[in-house]
Amino acid sequence: MTSDQERRAKEALRKEASFGEDIDLEEYEEGSRELSTLESLEDLPQDTQRTMLDAGIEPSDKGKAGNFLLMDNTVVHSAIMGSGVELMPLSRALKVHDWLKDYIWKAVQPDTDKYTAESYLQKADGYFIRALPGAKVSMPVQTCLLLKNRNSKQYVHNVLVAEEGSEFEVVTGCATSREVEKGLHLGISEFYLKKGSKLSFTMIHNWSEFIGVRPRSAIVMEEGATYINNYVALKPVKNIQTYPTAHMNGRNGVCRFNSVAVAHPGSTMDMGSRAVLNAEGCKAELISRTITTGGTVIARGHLVGNSKNIKAHLECKGLILSDQGVQIAIPELEAHVPDVEMTHEAAVGKIAQDQVEYIMSRGMTEEEAVGMIVRGFLDVGIRGIPEHLRAEIDKALKETDVRGM
Amino acid sequence: MLEIENLTVEAGGREILHDLSLNVMSGYTTVLFGPNGSGKSTLLMTIMGFSGFKVKSGRIILNGEDITDLPVNERAKRGIGMMMQRPPNLIGVRLKDLVQVTGKGKVDPVALAEDLNMSAFLDRDVNVGFSGGEIKRSEILQLEAQGPCLLLLDEPESGVDLVSIEKLGVKVHELLQGPSHCAGWRQRSGKAALIITHTGQILDYVEADRGYVMCNGTVACSGNPRELLGEIRKMGYNECIRCKMNRSNLIREIA
Repeated sequence: MTSDQERRAKEALRKEASFGEDIDLEEYEEGSRELSTLESLEDLPQDTQRTMLDAGIEPSDKGKAGNFLLMDNTVVHSAIMGSGVELMPLSRALKVHDWLKDYIWKAVQPDTDKYTAESYLQKADGYFIRALPGAKVSMPVQTCLLLKNRNSKQYVHNVLVAEEGSEFEVVTGCATSREVEKGLHLGISEFYLKKGSKLSFTMIHNWSEFIGVRPRSAIVMEEGATYINNYVALKPVKNIQTYPTAHMNGRNGVCRFNSVAVAHPGSTMDMGSRAVLNAEGCKAELISRTITTGGTVIARGHLVGNSKNIKAHLECKGLILSDQGVQIAIPELEAHVPDVEMTHEAAVGKIAQDQVEYIMSRGMTEEEAVGMIVRGFLDVGIRGIPEHLRAEIDKALKETDVRGM
Repeated sequence: MLEIENLTVEAGGREILHDLSLNVMSGYTTVLFGPNGSGKSTLLMTIMGFSGFKVKSGRIILNGEDITDLPVNERAKRGIGMMMQRPPNLIGVRLKDLVQVTGKGKVDPVALAEDLNMSAFLDRDVNVGFSGGEIKRSEILQLEAQGPCLLLLDEPESGVDLVSIEKLGVKVHELLQGPSHCAGWRQRSGKAALIITHTGQILDYVEADRGYVMCNGTVACSGNPRELLGEIRKMGYNECIRCKMNRSNLIREIA
């Protein structure tokens, strides 16, 4: 049966996205769906484990509620250790849960652009995570999306469901094996947060210079739900364009997007976040901290106020550390009713010399002083990050070359 | 220890210091008086080497070495440490981390902070939302970690309540003179200070040896700091300016 969705997806196969450089999908081969499966993440080769660690994923079962690994287009590992939560490939979840068909492709439309259309038509697999009603899952679920073979395109479709009153945390690390020179990652993520649930979702990107990345995420929130999104991208990437949207449909919902990114020479990062506040008492905060050491950053943010007594704040701050770097901040506030409190703060520029010299007056070199200020600048963007990830992120920040000049 | 020779300095496109000369001897605490806008802070910022202050002519000599063109951190390495009046906010940089790196890992920020009632500030961003008094204590904390031999203090008592002044005064005293009051120890330790003060309150805690009065970007007078303070309290700075002009007229007449 050719559904209406399928017809629309077929029509959208050539539809360019609203933002970001257009990518020719035919330049890439389809990523393998037939890689061999793994008993444990600990069985992975050392260098793959290291790549995953750099994306915040510990290749171990310890302290985790579940582990999931997608390599190219094959789910090679999916294991659940904790209780109160389900984790399985989406393809399997569709067989287990008949009701799931009412959820998939509802938050993200297949005909949004050519990337969603292709992912839909290719029946992309990915992870399905569901926190059971009232479950407070104490340990995080880790998922890793790894591009393994060169010139591959990876399609991913993830669905996360937080049942009523549940609380859980997910860490997704996206990474490329060292030998992959060219690749494409298309990732659909749909989040459904039911009444009073809470999800903290952290995504860490560890791609490489020749990888194109097009995540498409949407979050649907019911009354009293809390969604916290942390996004960290410190490594080089060819180009990335992402604009996750939270639809806050129930009263008193809370959402927060924290993003930190570094655009290295040759990288183009077009990254935004959007919150649509559709119900009374909702609160949203979108914070981004971006740095260019020679690449281009477009930091978008969009708040839509559709109901009274909502409160929303948007902050994009960008540092330019190189003559070649470009920072574009595009904050948008859109109110459709009078009784709203919506604010934004945007600033781009170089590091203030008085701050550098103040630290230098305590004996640090200029490079050390700049490093401290830059780390501090990014730190503000990741203060909401879970404690267990801090050490890895701090290490990555220290290793990030911010000299630029 | 520090010799300022015929220093002329420009800031914000305007000449602020004109042909200024003064000395700070090793082991001596020197006080700078002067009305607002006379160039006291500019002098301290120039000695520390901040880039907004351009030396047009003259030299700054530290322990026999010309440091006029050295960057800020090289001056800090040679033993200069400054308490700024309005230090910038360092958003995202925690006070604990700054103290840690300033002390090169050899100091314990927690113990130092406890002593200054600053424990609650260690995890806060440097200077962000600090009150006037808290900024002073944070600056002292950093200086304790740094351990400089020439201290530049820009109005250490301003914005500090009466109770905290004592605590601060004792700390400045310790920084300069160690636990002992003996002048001989100070000279041997080689620590010196250049302190800007309006009220002179800091003189109750540190033994000042010499005072300079600055007016209109240059030195108008020098002498015993307590006597100078007494005169200024009695007659104001106008008297210093008048006195200086009389002296230069006298010199011209003799010539």
